[in-house]
Amino acid sequence: MADPEIKSYEPHHESQSAAVTESRPVRIVAMAVAFAFLAIFLLMPLIVVFHEALAKGIGAYSEALASSDTRSAIRLTLLVAAISVPLNLVFGISAAWAIAKFEFKGKAFLTTLIDLPFSVSPVISGLVYVLLFGAQGVLGAWLKAHGVVILFAVPGIVLATVFVTFPFVARELIPLMQEQGNGDEEAALSLGANGWQTFWYVTLPNIKWGLLYGVLLCNARAMGEFGAVSVVSGHIRGLTNTMPLHVEILYNEYNAVGAFAVASLLAGLALVTLVLKTLLEMRYGAEIAATRGH
Amino acid sequence: MEVRVANVRKEFERFPALHDVSLDIKSGELIALLGPSGSGKTTLLRLIAGLERPTKGTIFFGDEDASQKSIQDRNVGFVFQHYALFRHMTVADNIGFGLKVRHGAARPPAQEIRRRASELLDLVQLSGLEKRYPAQLSGGQRQRVALARAMAIEPKVLLLDEPFGALDAQVRRELRRWLREIHDRTGHTTVFVTHDQEEALELADRVVVMSQGRIEQVGSADEIYDTPNSPFVYSFIGESSCLPVKVESGEVWIADRSIGLSAPHAASGDALLYFRPHDVELLDGCSGCIAGTVAASRRVAGTRRVELEIGGERQRVEVELPVDHPAAQKSRVAFRPRRWKLFPASEPGKAS
Repeated sequence: MADPEIKSYEPHHESQSAAVTESRPVRIVAMAVAFAFLAIFLLMPLIVVFHEALAKGIGAYSEALASSDTRSAIRLTLLVAAISVPLNLVFGISAAWAIAKFEFKGKAFLTTLIDLPFSVSPVISGLVYVLLFGAQGVLGAWLKAHGVVILFAVPGIVLATVFVTFPFVARELIPLMQEQGNGDEEAALSLGANGWQTFWYVTLPNIKWGLLYGVLLCNARAMGEFGAVSVVSGHIRGLTNTMPLHVEILYNEYNAVGAFAVASLLAGLALVTLVLKTLLEMRYGAEIAATRGH
Repeated sequence: MEVRVANVRKEFERFPALHDVSLDIKSGELIALLGPSGSGKTTLLRLIAGLERPTKGTIFFGDEDASQKSIQDRNVGFVFQHYALFRHMTVADNIGFGLKVRHGAARPPAQEIRRRASELLDLVQLSGLEKRYPAQLSGGQRQRVALARAMAIEPKVLLLDEPFGALDAQVRRELRRWLREIHDRTGHTTVFVTHDQEEALELADRVVVMSQGRIEQVGSADEIYDTPNSPFVYSFIGESSCLPVKVESGEVWIADRSIGLSAPHAASGDALLYFRPHDVELLDGCSGCIAGTVAASRRVAGTRRVELEIGGERQRVEVELPVDHPAAQKSRVAFRPRRWKLFPASEPGKAS
């Protein structure tokens, strides 16, 4: 790389040697391209969302949010998140625990399975539920005979959301727990703690920031999921419409203020998530695994 | 508490880590498990602790069969190489953890736990650091806290896995002496694992030398060093030189020369002669001695280490000479080991 004499070590970790630093004009161009890209593709849409939402004044905005269909869409989204996030919290911790702390057959397979929702199109995952639980589906007749409604109802939406969001917590925790190893748990056990005490007093505090980070991402996705939910929801207003679906319906009806008002809530959620995520990364970067892929 | 390991075998996924190991540990003894990596010493320690279950065999605590008991019920104090302190707890909370997680009447009141923690901190000479977090301590301090934490539960046995392995030499020596003092004062039956022979020989009442999942020899530092019972122990503990020799009619021969050592009880045939490089007698002439050409000579601290080529096969051995000895200037050196041992040549590395 660079001449060893100019290569600087501590404490200037971030500084670079002259050999790999580009000339000033090149740097300016690179930064300008990056910022222009961000402005056009991220910042402008955000501004447009809020601009359109407030186009007819704050009165129209709050009226749009107060409509009963919108309110029930918000309620449904919160409900779905309230069910699927805790489920994936439990699932994520269990899967990460199993994968990071034990050796067993099929471990590599389980690890791959966890990533499946990332590699499958959400629409496909929704469609799978239709094929499984739909009237013509594999379990359709049995479900109907027993009066269980999954598709085009809240259970279906929750299932689709759980599926789509289940990698988030697990993916965050696996590298973290692998890095931490079993030492602390063994120490706790040797001191007489039972399994639950070990988890509660030792494991959980060790992973709490990584866990929070994963839950945050999981929640953002759970509330914002469109594709999979769209397939299984049936789009029944006031009943099976989540916020992202409701935005689409309102927009298709040329109700721009309504659509963008709901969209502004989702955008707000995204901003809050972003801020919290950044804070977590800044404060507890070392305690959160180095997997920032998503 | 007496600990008895009886015919214990341990396999990891069919790969044997320990073969049929038996060991008696006396109450109040300080014992070292010494061996190279992969010798099974840590596995043995973890089996005693209950962190692993034996594939075969039994571990007794006193007269009680402990092998089927969980680690929680065995009441052992385990100190980990990398401390395994709970990083989000203060020093006092770390030490008190084992008392805090007890149930019902066995659990002392919070005040009592605090008092015990302070007492133990005094014992490990870290008074006043109750409120610190592990990250704010040096390596040596962390290991002391780990020991205090293990002792807080009044363990029947204290087990230490390479307790000083992660520390630098200076701190290591200090903690070694200090551990001996603590042991003498508290009288816990203590087993520690180390790959550092100096540590084992200096610190332990008895040393268990292990290799390839077997116990090679158990004995005091003197016994282990002076009368090693296998080629492995000879070469692993201290320095040793080894020469292929022949035994015939009670005499030891190299090629066609008798080297002046009589071995009336040794079986005739090929053998390996082991001796310590410093434990040799230098001779002037040579009838009944080992003679070799000096191939290399190094100054090591107060002595001179000379590498000799012996006989037609140019077998190399090392001997130690006093710095001012005239032999150091010569091209040929003759000597005879003062203390030595023969092992059959057929199974190198195995116990004989």
